[in-house]
Amino acid sequence: MTKDFGLKNLFKIKVYLQQGGYKAVKKALEQMRPAEILDEVKKANLRGRGGAGFPAGVKWGFVPQKTDKPKYLCVNADEGEPGTFKDRYIMSHNPHLLLEGVIIASFAVGIHSAFIYIRGEYEAVADRLEEAIAEAKADGFLGKNILEIGFDLEVVVHRGAGAYICGEETALLESLEGKSGHPRLKPPFPASIGLFQCPTVINNVETLANVPAIILNGADWFVKKGLPKDGGTRIFGVSGMVKNPGIYELPIGTNLRKIIFEAAGGMKDGKTLKAVIPGGMSAPILKADEIDLAMDFDSLVEAGSMLGSAAVIVIDQETPILEVLKAVSKFYSHESCGQCTPCRIGISWINKIVRRIASGQGEKDDVDAIICLAENIKGKTLCPLGDAAALPILSICRKFRQELEGQLSR
Amino acid sequence: MSPEYSELLRQRIAEVIARYPKKEAALLPVLHLVQRETGSISPEEEKFIAGILDLKPIKVREVVTFYTMILRQPLGKYHVQVCSNLSCTLLGAGTIIDYLKEKLGIEIGQTTPDKKFSLSTVECLGACEQAPCLMVNFDYYGNLDKERIDRILASLT
Repeated sequence: MTKDFGLKNLFKIKVYLQQGGYKAVKKALEQMRPAEILDEVKKANLRGRGGAGFPAGVKWGFVPQKTDKPKYLCVNADEGEPGTFKDRYIMSHNPHLLLEGVIIASFAVGIHSAFIYIRGEYEAVADRLEEAIAEAKADGFLGKNILEIGFDLEVVVHRGAGAYICGEETALLESLEGKSGHPRLKPPFPASIGLFQCPTVINNVETLANVPAIILNGADWFVKKGLPKDGGTRIFGVSGMVKNPGIYELPIGTNLRKIIFEAAGGMKDGKTLKAVIPGGMSAPILKADEIDLAMDFDSLVEAGSMLGSAAVIVIDQETPILEVLKAVSKFYSHESCGQCTPCRIGISWINKIVRRIASGQGEKDDVDAIICLAENIKGKTLCPLGDAAALPILSICRKFRQELEGQLSR
Repeated sequence: MSPEYSELLRQRIAEVIARYPKKEAALLPVLHLVQRETGSISPEEEKFIAGILDLKPIKVREVVTFYTMILRQPLGKYHVQVCSNLSCTLLGAGTIIDYLKEKLGIEIGQTTPDKKFSLSTVECLGACEQAPCLMVNFDYYGNLDKERIDRILASLT
């Protein structure tokens, strides 16, 4: 997917078409039936690339085929998970690839209205998407009667306004409906009750950007690129104390040590590795001796963490672990939507303790207090943000307890 | 005297509303459009928007106070927003923030007396491969050091 990203003006439809663009849409709409497309994507084991890793084909299959209500597709382009920047690359360099995925997914599920929910800060990227949509429409790939087969699809770009929680699928729906981003209880799931109470599919940008290649090359090809239960490649985003931070598209299952020390060039400025966050800030931390593992969903769960958004944050020995804990507790405290007590109160309470420790006023039971609070958030919140805060905080406190307690004066 | 809103703004608002099956879904895009023209969403703007979208003003207020990027007070011409999240902190965001405070002579959350610069810290901007980074209004700047910051500030006239 990323091999063409350096190509000049790939975001312009003329160049994209020259590279074989929109062949997948033509094949899907002209030669395949919706049920066949669904089967192919299911067989490909394309798991969600946003964070949760839910199989895309299965999700599409949950939407009722026959319904009186309109169906919707929401592209989750909120990309708020700290450490993550891959979708920005896809949308800036190859917006038409995303649009192809949107068109194929919509055709497969019977959707005629798609919204791209993009974080508010990505204004330039949103402009680029709008231009691509206009080009696609002018060339007959969007709008009414696409490719003359009687399929209509409109795509609207909808900008967010600085709320991480709106990357959570039900908060995204609330935000799209013009409200605060307060997540909804599940069930019911968006596939039955979603946007405007209608059946809705929500997929991450990278997930959809993988669909055209699956259509063109087949599910088997896709599975072989990755692992049997986890097809394809992932775009790993490496940042932190490495020589070459950036995006690296590699097979699912690539070893984490290899990603850091080969792909990203190893530690910057001769520094030593202390810890790695393997899947965006919501993923529990790994110590330096825990990085010999395969970067796939199941291996990371076994290791007590998660693949999440495949955002690898590399931390060096010279950085006090307290700095990491500060960044984590500050972030979730700011981003909590406030709906449920354990998250709203618990996370800001943890944040207060961490700040007190950082100002030199730490007390001897502070680490235990943080652990106790985090345990009372874990599994007890309306949406995954509670766990997204609690699990990393617990992993930092447990794996680096000694270092943290060294910061406590009284 | 109630504020005037330009004909172009009203036209753009109408275009945006037409893209949604329900009027109220256009609230966030309309807030962005109005804020671009007025600089912030004051109670007058809330009433104006509520009127167009058939919403109660309190509903607009609720949304305005939820989203970080929707401002209730106008800021300086250039809103300098420095990422203070993890990857940027690892690569020296603290130093960048201190340097900007010194150069601009203001604290976080303040605006320079000539109303040219406002300074904030923000959470992850999604540009971690260029850490440490900042955003001026909507323009991203990465791989920052003191020299680059001097050049950026000098370029903002």
